[in-house]
Amino acid sequence: MNPVNYLYLASLLFTIGAVGVLVRRNAIVLFMCVELMLNACNLALVTFSRLHGNLDGQIIAFFTMVVAAAEVVVGLAIIVSVFRTRHSASVDDTNLMKL
Amino acid sequence: MDNLIPVLVAVPLLGAALLLCGGRRLDRVGHWLGTLLAFASFGVGLALFFSMLGRSTADRPVHLNLYTWIPVNGFQAEVGFQLDQLSMTFVLLITGVGSLIHLYSIGYMAHDEKRRRFFGFLNLFLAAMLLLVLADNYLLLYVGWEGVGLASYLLIGFWQHKPSAATAAKKAFLVNRVGDVGLSIAVMLMFTTFGTFAFTPVFADAPKATQATLTGIGLMLLLAACGKSAQVPLQSWLGDAMEGPTPVSALIHAATMVTAGVYLITRSSAIFNLAPAAQLATVVVGAVTLLFGAIVGCAKDDIKKALAGSTMSQIGYMVLAAGLGPIGYVFAIMHLVTHGFFKAGLFLGAGSVMHGMNDEVDMRKYGGLRKYMPLTFVTFGLGYLAIIGFPGLSGFFSKDKIIEAAFGHGGTEGWILGTCTLVGAAVTAFYMTRVMLMTFFGEKRWVPDADGHEPHPHESPAVMGAPMVILAFGSVFLGGLFSINSSFVHWLSPVTGYQEGHSPLSTTTVTACTTVVLLLGVGVAWMMYGRKPVPAVPPLGSLLTRAARRDLLQDDFNHVVLVSGGSHLTRFLVYLEGKGLDGLVNGIAALIGGTSGRVRKVQNGYVRSYALSMFGGALVLAATTLLMRAV
Repeated sequence: MNPVNYLYLASLLFTIGAVGVLVRRNAIVLFMCVELMLNACNLALVTFSRLHGNLDGQIIAFFTMVVAAAEVVVGLAIIVSVFRTRHSASVDDTNLMKL
Repeated sequence: MDNLIPVLVAVPLLGAALLLCGGRRLDRVGHWLGTLLAFASFGVGLALFFSMLGRSTADRPVHLNLYTWIPVNGFQAEVGFQLDQLSMTFVLLITGVGSLIHLYSIGYMAHDEKRRRFFGFLNLFLAAMLLLVLADNYLLLYVGWEGVGLASYLLIGFWQHKPSAATAAKKAFLVNRVGDVGLSIAVMLMFTTFGTFAFTPVFADAPKATQATLTGIGLMLLLAACGKSAQVPLQSWLGDAMEGPTPVSALIHAATMVTAGVYLITRSSAIFNLAPAAQLATVVVGAVTLLFGAIVGCAKDDIKKALAGSTMSQIGYMVLAAGLGPIGYVFAIMHLVTHGFFKAGLFLGAGSVMHGMNDEVDMRKYGGLRKYMPLTFVTFGLGYLAIIGFPGLSGFFSKDKIIEAAFGHGGTEGWILGTCTLVGAAVTAFYMTRVMLMTFFGEKRWVPDADGHEPHPHESPAVMGAPMVILAFGSVFLGGLFSINSSFVHWLSPVTGYQEGHSPLSTTTVTACTTVVLLLGVGVAWMMYGRKPVPAVPPLGSLLTRAARRDLLQDDFNHVVLVSGGSHLTRFLVYLEGKGLDGLVNGIAALIGGTSGRVRKVQNGYVRSYALSMFGGALVLAATTLLMRAV
C-alpha cells in the first residue's frame, strides 16, 4: 500500500480537527478536536519516518504523545474549574480576555 | 609707591561697604566720610601722578599683579593693574571731578533722608570706574564695566518712588546690557584667538590674527562702547537717565561713565588700527551721534535733557576722533578730559538752578536768573563758553583739534567728516546759547508750582558753589594748559601713538571756520530767543522740532522695530512651533493611537477567532516557505 495515502488520511484528520476547533463551542469537543489534530500530526510524522527510512519521525511522535498527555491534564483541569465557576462548558462564555 | 595702585580702588570700595552696610548710626557723618574717602583716593592719584611725572617716558607705565583670580590649568585670570599715561589721565579725572561732585552733593542732597545711601552708591561708582580704567586685562575691565553699569542703575533709580525714575533706571540697565553682550563676545573672541585677555599679549599678537577676527572684535568693542557711551543706535537711555539726582548726571552721565566707551576704543587702539572696517564704523557712529545729540539738544525744554543731548553729541566727537586712528586718539582723550570739566560744571550749574527753583526743570519757566544767582551764572557761563569752543577756552582747543583731525583723515571721507563736525559745532553753539538765554536772560517767567509755592531763586550754599568754581577754572584753563607745547600729545602719545593728519585745510583756516560757525550758531539763537520774549507754552514748531522733542523718534523706532518686531517674531515662532513641531509630534501620536484603536478590535476574547488567526498565520508561513523553496 502506498504510504502517501497515510499522509492523505493525516491531512483529512487534521482538517476535521481544525474545523472542529473553529466551529464547535463545547470545550470538551474542542479539546477532542485538538487531540485529533495532534494525532493527525503523529500519523504524518510516522509516515515520514517510514518514507525516509529512519526513526526520527517516530521519536518525535513519542514526544508529542507525552506532551499531549500533559496537556490533557492541564486542559481538563482548566475546563473543570471554568465549569465550576461559570456553570457552562461553552468557550464563548469565557471571552473576558480582551481589551 | 606703585603698590598704592590697589589703594585707589580699595578706598572708595571701603567707603561703599561702610556706608551701605553701616546702618543708621552713620547717617550724620556718612556724607562727610564718603567725600573724605573720595578726596583720599584723589590724593593717592595725585601722588602716583607726580611719581609718574618724575620718571622718564619709557619707565612711566607700571604693572602690578595683585593675585590670580581664577587659576585653572592652561588658563589664568589675573587681578592685575596697569597704570600708564592713559589710565593716569582717567584716574585724575575720575577722582578729581568725582571728589568735587561728592562735595557738591553734600549741599544738593542735604534734605534727602537717604543721603547716606547716595554717598555709598557714589563711592561704589568711583571704585568700579577706577577698576575699569586700571585693569590690565579685558576680564577685569569687564568687572569694572558691569560695576559702573550697576552704580548707574542704582543712582538713576535713586528716587525709585517716582515711577519715571524706576523706569529710566531699568531702561538704562537693559540698553546697557545690549552693549555688554558686545563686550563679552569681544572678550571671548580674544580668548579663542589669542588664548589670553591681558592687554599686552593681546596687542602684541594682534597683527597675527586674521582680518575677519580683528574686524569682529573691533565691531563688538564698538557695540560695547555704543551701549555705555550712549551712541547711536543704543543712545535712547541717556535722556531718561536724567531722572537721577543732578550730581549723578554730572558725574556718571556726563563726565566719566559715559566716556568709558571712548576709553575702551582708545585702549584697544592696537586692534582698531588693524581693522579699517571697524574704524570706519566707529567714525560713522561718532558722526551720526554728534549730529543726532545736537539736534535733540536744540528742541528740549528740560534743561537737563538739553544737556544730555549735548553730552551725547560731545561723546560723538570723541568717538569720531577715536575712530580716526592715531591722528585722533590723543584728541579724543583730550576732549574727554576738558568735556569732563565743563559738562560737569554745566550740570552742577543746572542743579544749582533747580535747587533754587523748587526742582523746576522746564527752562520756559526760568528767565532772568542772572540777577538772582550771580555765581551760578558766571560758572555756568564759563562752562557755556568752553563747550561752544569760544577762542581761548578749553573746548576751543580740544574741539578744534578734532575738527582738524577729521579733515586730516583725507579724501572724500575727510571732507564729509570735517563738514559734520563743523555743522555739529554750529548746532552746539545754537543750543547752548538757547539754554543760556532761556535760563539766565530775558524776563522772569516762573510761576507757583502745583502746591502754590512761589519759587524764590537764591544762590546755592558754598559747599555747592566751590566745586562749580573749581570746575569753571578747569573749563577755562585746562585746554590751554594741554596745548602749551602740545604737552598733552607728548604725555599720551607713548600709549596711544600719534601721527599728524594731512589736513587739506590749514590750522588757521579751520580755526576761522569754527569761529564763523560758532558766531553763526550764537547769532541764530540770539535772534530766536534773545531778541524776543520766550513763550511760556512751547510753540508747535516744525516737523523736525517736534521729532527732536521726542528724541528724534528713537523710542518710537525702538518700539516699532524692536518691541513690535520682536513680539511679531515671537508670535510667528510660536505659531510655527504649534503648527509645525507640535503638529508633527501630535500627528504621529494620533496616528499610532488611532491605528491601535482599530487593530485592538481584533482581540475579541473568543478562542475560535484566536485559533483562526493562528491557523491563518501558520498557513501564511507554510505558503511562504513553499513559495521560497519553489523559487
